[in-house]
Amino acid sequence: MVMQWIKKTGMFLVLAFASFAVNAEYAWNFPKPVTPMALDTLHVHNKFMLITMILFVVVLAIMIYSIVNHRKSRNYQAATFTGPKTRPQVLWTLVPFAILLYIDFILMGIPAYHSVVMMEDTKNNADMVIKVNGSQWRWSYEYMDGDAQGIKFVSNLTTPQEQITNEAEKGEHYLLEVDNPLVLPVDKKVRILLTASDVIHNWWVPAFGASRDAIPGFLRETWVKVEEEGTYRGQCKELCGKGHGYMPVVVKAVPQEEFDVWVADQKQQMAANTAGADKEWTKDELMALGKDVYTKNCAVCHQVSGAGLPPAFPALTGSKLVAEPNLDSDGKLLKDSHLDRVLNGKGVMPAWKATLSDSDIAAVVTYERNALGNAVGDVLQPAQVKALR
Amino acid sequence: MSYTTTAHHDAHEDHPSGIMRWLTTTNHKDIGTMYLIFALIMFMVGGSMIMLVRAELFQPGMQLVQPEFFNQLIGVHALIMIFMALMPAATGFANWMLPLQIGAPDMALPRLNNWGFWLLPPAAILLTLPYILALFGIGDGAIATGWTFYAPLSVQGGIGVDFAIFAVHLLGISSVMGSINVIVTIFNMRAPGMTLMKMPMFAWGWLITAFLLIATIPVLAGAVTMLLTDRHFGTHFFDAAGGGDPIMFQHLFWFFGHPEVYILLLPVWGFMPQILQTFARKPMYGYKVQVYSLWAIGALSVVVWAHHFFTVGMPVPALLYFMYSTMAISIPLAVLFYCWIATIWRGSMSFETPMLFAVGWIILFGIGGLTGLVLADVAADAQYHHTYFVVAHFHYTLFAGGIMGIMAGVYYWLPKMTGHMYNEKLGKLHFWLTAISFNLTFIPQFFLGLAGMPRRIPDYALQFSEFNMISSIAAFVLGAAQLLFVYNIISCARGGKKATDQVWEGAQGLEWTLPSPPPYHSFTEQPVVK
Repeated sequence: MVMQWIKKTGMFLVLAFASFAVNAEYAWNFPKPVTPMALDTLHVHNKFMLITMILFVVVLAIMIYSIVNHRKSRNYQAATFTGPKTRPQVLWTLVPFAILLYIDFILMGIPAYHSVVMMEDTKNNADMVIKVNGSQWRWSYEYMDGDAQGIKFVSNLTTPQEQITNEAEKGEHYLLEVDNPLVLPVDKKVRILLTASDVIHNWWVPAFGASRDAIPGFLRETWVKVEEEGTYRGQCKELCGKGHGYMPVVVKAVPQEEFDVWVADQKQQMAANTAGADKEWTKDELMALGKDVYTKNCAVCHQVSGAGLPPAFPALTGSKLVAEPNLDSDGKLLKDSHLDRVLNGKGVMPAWKATLSDSDIAAVVTYERNALGNAVGDVLQPAQVKALR
Repeated sequence: MSYTTTAHHDAHEDHPSGIMRWLTTTNHKDIGTMYLIFALIMFMVGGSMIMLVRAELFQPGMQLVQPEFFNQLIGVHALIMIFMALMPAATGFANWMLPLQIGAPDMALPRLNNWGFWLLPPAAILLTLPYILALFGIGDGAIATGWTFYAPLSVQGGIGVDFAIFAVHLLGISSVMGSINVIVTIFNMRAPGMTLMKMPMFAWGWLITAFLLIATIPVLAGAVTMLLTDRHFGTHFFDAAGGGDPIMFQHLFWFFGHPEVYILLLPVWGFMPQILQTFARKPMYGYKVQVYSLWAIGALSVVVWAHHFFTVGMPVPALLYFMYSTMAISIPLAVLFYCWIATIWRGSMSFETPMLFAVGWIILFGIGGLTGLVLADVAADAQYHHTYFVVAHFHYTLFAGGIMGIMAGVYYWLPKMTGHMYNEKLGKLHFWLTAISFNLTFIPQFFLGLAGMPRRIPDYALQFSEFNMISSIAAFVLGAAQLLFVYNIISCARGGKKATDQVWEGAQGLEWTLPSPPPYHSFTEQPVVK
């Protein structure tokens, strides 16, 4: 026990120093802006910072002058004034406030007005629309129009648990890497609709200057127009529970042609999935896919071992719910069965039918019933899930 | 102003002794002392929690705590520091000093005063009990939603949320009682001749605080009660599926939450000019305009709340209104800064510990104010919002502007309260350690926020490593420095050089006409202010 602890700590220290050496780069300001909004935000920010720094330095200089000179130890005799007396004095006193009014409402106020109007102009000239859904603790994306219409996927954190617990060296994009990044064409105005399925999240990519809450039961919107190819990373910014630090946003901005290829590819895969739902799967196939789906989507709460984190997240291992049958003799879904829970959710448990395909659901349910220390023995076919939709 | 006092010191000093003295006391000085000690204890408790947080954030990866526990630490840290350290400290000063400053024998409603204090310890127990219950397998720990209780996360949370809701109810009742007491005392018990516009600035600061508390605490109490019924009685105030709106909670919360910032700061803005004039040996600059500015800030503070959640999505006119109204606060606040600096300008300054804290406070609180002005800009706020930039900003206002202000007050009045001088060398060391390590803790956090590190995350991407490490190391020094503060207070209470009645050469006001420490019952005959 003690030895293990020493080993773990030693390992951790070595890795810590290694990571320190590799990542000795400092960031002092906003990341390089790649959208019109981020550029505007950066300008506003730099200008405002400059103004406030000047104000600060000027006032500090006056104070320091006073602190140095108006001291008892220098026998400085205290004045007795308590306010401006003459008319010129009153006018002089008003000057700083006139300057401040000018800074607030003219110098900063007017550009700020234009920025706000631009930021909220999500609809005009939008080239495409996507929907972003936040759930504990992953983002999912759906393309709403154009060729890409109908493409939807879940975007999960891919950083391995060992890196988080310091048992393996941390990768370059530690905590900011996902399996399925959002893919957007460059130079296209993308209107982004946001919602959430459980609590409030906030979709944010610093390089885009776009940050908007995803609120359960409501639609909010923002927009981006990425002007440079690249991969951009951000995070959920609204405290959303224990996994708040583990739901990154990764966006790949690609040229239109590349985007079209990607769309065609996705469409093909979707067609394959639909076809897959109709064929008969072997138990091994289901178990293999199920393990994959489980690790990506379920293990955050129910844990890799299936032990869960009771009371919030119940154990699947030895679960009574999992042991009960899913379907009645007519193939109808039983209420409060294992499959019902996976499809429709309850309380904290999300409704997976919105995000997972028929094959994924069939596979993960089969996996949960026949692994993680469970041995119910039955197999659920994608076709059966499809029939329940 | 000049005063004539005919205070007799032959009043009855008899009161119960031991624990019964403190449980049953209705004496404003005893109650003030209890408030201040309670605040100091909770300051250390809330501080230790954040030390653990900074230790976890020392490096990327999860080392010491689990994310669930991390979330509990940050939320409870904030609730403790706001409701159980800053607010009780200000109330403690109000109890001790208001009657002395306005020449009253005691607070107007002494029993209410006792009750107001004794609601605090149960509230502290309620808030922290879930930590201990969790050790015995009951529930999953304290509130983990941050101090803001945002629904639906708080609807989903464990029993810690219920405990926090009841703690907030008790704290709210206590604050409202304290506020009623302050208002009644100020309006009815001023010494003859002390018109409102001759009142000490501290009384003005607290009067406005008291009005703000009475106006906004019931809104908070209502909001958390709605949360309670959502959690347990099937209502849907904050659940869209039942016709409610999660964002309504944010509106209700921040309708309280923004004035709360000024509730924490107004008492400090009250006594700070008094400290400045004492050590500058020069009368306060612009008394009247300061009073008007305090009122203006108090009034504006209740109409700007939505700038705390610009990113939820609002209509453009609402964004513009909340942006411009927030910027407008900078005007009266700038007037105050102007007056503070004009008060020390061409004074004859000496730099005892209270003055060091006061001058440092002007500078550091200035940074808090200026970054607040930047945050008002809606477009840039999308980038700042919920990042470490905001964390640094509000620690400049609430730690530098609030806690360091309170520390100035403690050093200023401690000799009056205890009758002994504190250790000046230790006090100065405490100031320099605090000021330097505070800046080293929070300046890196500005950069972290700009670079894109969200707040309230237990683990972070590698590009944030260096600044977090610097911030953590400085935070440990900042935490350790506060032990000097505690030691200095304790040794001052126990003994030390005898303090004179006036204590400070330039001190003016009724409290300095009394002996140090003042008798148990002071001003049994009213002083007259000319």
